Amino acid sequence: MSTAPQALEGVKVVEFGGYAAGPHIGKMLGNYGARVVHVESHGRPDGFRLEYPPYKDGIAGLNRGGCFALFNDSKYGVTVDVKKPAGLALARRLVDWADVVIENMRPGVMARIGLGYEEVSKTNPRLVMLSTCNMGQTGPRAHTPGFGSQLSSLAGFCGAIGEPDGPPMLLYGPYIDFIASVMGCSAVLAALDESRRTGKGVLIDISQYECGLHFMAGALLAYHRDGMIAERNGNRDAEAAPHGAYQCRQESWLALSCWSDAEFSALAAALDFPDLAEDPRFASIEGRRGNALALDEILAKTLRDRDADETAETLQEAGVGAYRVNTIADLFSDPQLAERRSWRRREHAEIGDQAYLMPGFDLSATPGDIAHAAPVLGGDNDVVFKDFLRLSEEEFDAYAAKEAFN
Amino acid sequence: MLAGYKVVDLSGQLGWLAGRILADLGADVIKIEPPGTDLDGAEWRALNVNKRLLRLDPASPAGRQAIERMIAGADILIETARSGDPDDDWLAPERLSAVNSRLIHVSITPFGRHGPRARWRGSDLEIMAAGGAMALAGNPGGAPLRISVPQASSWAGAHAASGALVALSHRSAGGNGQHVDVSAQASVVVALAHAPTFFDILGETPSRAGSHITGRSVHGAMYRAFWRCKDGYINFVIYGGPAGRRTNKALVAWMAEKGLDLGPLADFDLDDFDPKLATQDEVDRIEAPLAAFFESITKFEFLEGACAREMLGYPVSTVDDIAADPQLEAREFWQDLAMPGGGDERHCGPFYIAGEERPAIRNPAADGSGDAANILRDFGFSNEEITTLLGDNMMDVA
Repeated sequence: MSTAPQALEGVKVVEFGGYAAGPHIGKMLGNYGARVVHVESHGRPDGFRLEYPPYKDGIAGLNRGGCFALFNDSKYGVTVDVKKPAGLALARRLVDWADVVIENMRPGVMARIGLGYEEVSKTNPRLVMLSTCNMGQTGPRAHTPGFGSQLSSLAGFCGAIGEPDGPPMLLYGPYIDFIASVMGCSAVLAALDESRRTGKGVLIDISQYECGLHFMAGALLAYHRDGMIAERNGNRDAEAAPHGAYQCRQESWLALSCWSDAEFSALAAALDFPDLAEDPRFASIEGRRGNALALDEILAKTLRDRDADETAETLQEAGVGAYRVNTIADLFSDPQLAERRSWRRREHAEIGDQAYLMPGFDLSATPGDIAHAAPVLGGDNDVVFKDFLRLSEEEFDAYAAKEAFN
Repeated sequence: MLAGYKVVDLSGQLGWLAGRILADLGADVIKIEPPGTDLDGAEWRALNVNKRLLRLDPASPAGRQAIERMIAGADILIETARSGDPDDDWLAPERLSAVNSRLIHVSITPFGRHGPRARWRGSDLEIMAAGGAMALAGNPGGAPLRISVPQASSWAGAHAASGALVALSHRSAGGNGQHVDVSAQASVVVALAHAPTFFDILGETPSRAGSHITGRSVHGAMYRAFWRCKDGYINFVIYGGPAGRRTNKALVAWMAEKGLDLGPLADFDLDDFDPKLATQDEVDRIEAPLAAFFESITKFEFLEGACAREMLGYPVSTVDDIAADPQLEAREFWQDLAMPGGGDERHCGPFYIAGEERPAIRNPAADGSGDAANILRDFGFSNEEITTLLGDNMMDVA
């Protein structure tokens, strides 16, 4: 446990749902000191626990999933069976205790089980509730089920990857879910600030689709205003040339771009290739864009036997943007991510040592941390219900006897 | 929700979305741009609506002095100065916190303000490469790809807004302001989902998979993710599990309704089909009639039909498809801003609905020059000071 002062100390958060889109918001809040309770049940554990590898030693198990763990660090895990009356009563007590509820069930489910905003705000008017789902709570397709990986196609991302004459390409995982979770985190914090000032909570409806479109906002306006349709174009750019990824030694790749004649001359000099800058085809940015294929071939040849990191350094010293294309393995040795301690290792009860990811911002006074590894299923029932909710032993046992913790 | 908070936004493109998010949440965001710069680009417009525009030049002594005074009265500052550039010394966090101890100072840079590569240059391409995203996009063994619509600044901006509000929460609870150091590279990593964990706990390095889904069958079978349809592509995958089986059955029923030749699917037991155990030969046989079906429908037919049948899968949209989507229309996602020269400009509305309402956005260009005096007045400038400043800097505002 970290001892540094935390920005969200005292903030109480309860989560219903699973997978990425809801829980990643709670994880971010937990990283800055909020007390976050992740609610599951033995009948319906978080889908990430059993449906998504990787598992410790490759063996599936409720508490062996690294994917679940990655999005649930710094939280407390409880089991509450809302299908049992006692479980529902307990869930209601949790909601009454909370400042924030985050849920990503299908629209209408929370209301159906008696935990809808209208109902729970009667006893907890300060509550901020955030509902996040594929399409939002309303509209003709509100109830469409969907995976974030495929929703990334509907929002235009997959169609924007690949060569112009080839098929669209996949993004790894539910790309769009994380857009919605990072933006959703802002919405929760803004609503919480207002609730603290006014005593009035609010229900926030987040559509993961709409959040994703904010990452396409410029392209959408270019269509609405000018009729332009953004299309996949490999690694080419409308302005810069060269602009691409080139294979280097030992199957590594280097990304680089030149945005002006000066940068292009600097690149040619840094690569000991003065002829390149004097080639009339490449004398202007228009020329470089128009002859991009020829330029790419020359650069590919030039870079093939070079070291990606050394070349990136040489080019950066010359004032040219360049970076190794980090593989997934490289992310764990990248000097900038290391400097920020983006990865922090914590010991999980069954997985053991695992790297958890800090958000992309560092705070100077309240730095945040991975408070602890992700919980095992129902692992914090005692501390949450007895310490946080202050149930007596008798009350706790009575709930247990009525199968509230199943 | 953030009404009453003042944000001074000095950012370049890397920070535009951060201010837009705060503005959408109700903060009064003042976007400062030097006089004369062209602000008509679609990117600028899309990410700077809902802010108020003030033309001041941070490079001129009078402009800088005025901006510094605004920072002294602001709750949040957003800037994208390159770490260690002498021209930007005046924006050093230590210096500004002495001017305004309650200031939440958000710096957004490609790789963060500290570390051996803090001063490295990075455009969208280099940031997506450094964040690991390119390693996961493209054909297996082929060149790593970025998304052709730049994404790195959006990841940085979204994280920056969250970071600013975490800091604001601390201040609201009685704390001081602080510095929020946002790295675009570090902000991209979450987009990789759980890919890094494969390396971390199993030593496996996930890589790009192109247009197929691999790693789901013990026999190494590849599943198609993208199918040609009448007017583009559809993203559909033969999944297992309850939702997958329901989808597969609904699709076969849909094909039968349309009178299509089911081929081997006619006597295929979909209840028993387990993608984990399928061989490539089996997958190919099932996929052939599906390909014929998808070629007979449009993206929109698939979208509506799949929704009605509660199937998984979505069309691969282009911006014109998105613009015509009835779901967005029904939720009043688009907002039209009247332009000074006549006509409307259609923008994404705020990214959330609160209390069943989506807030309205406002137009910085329409407010632009006329609002400058009001903005300065809001920051405590006297009429005389305003006249002097606007006389110096503001008259050329178009």
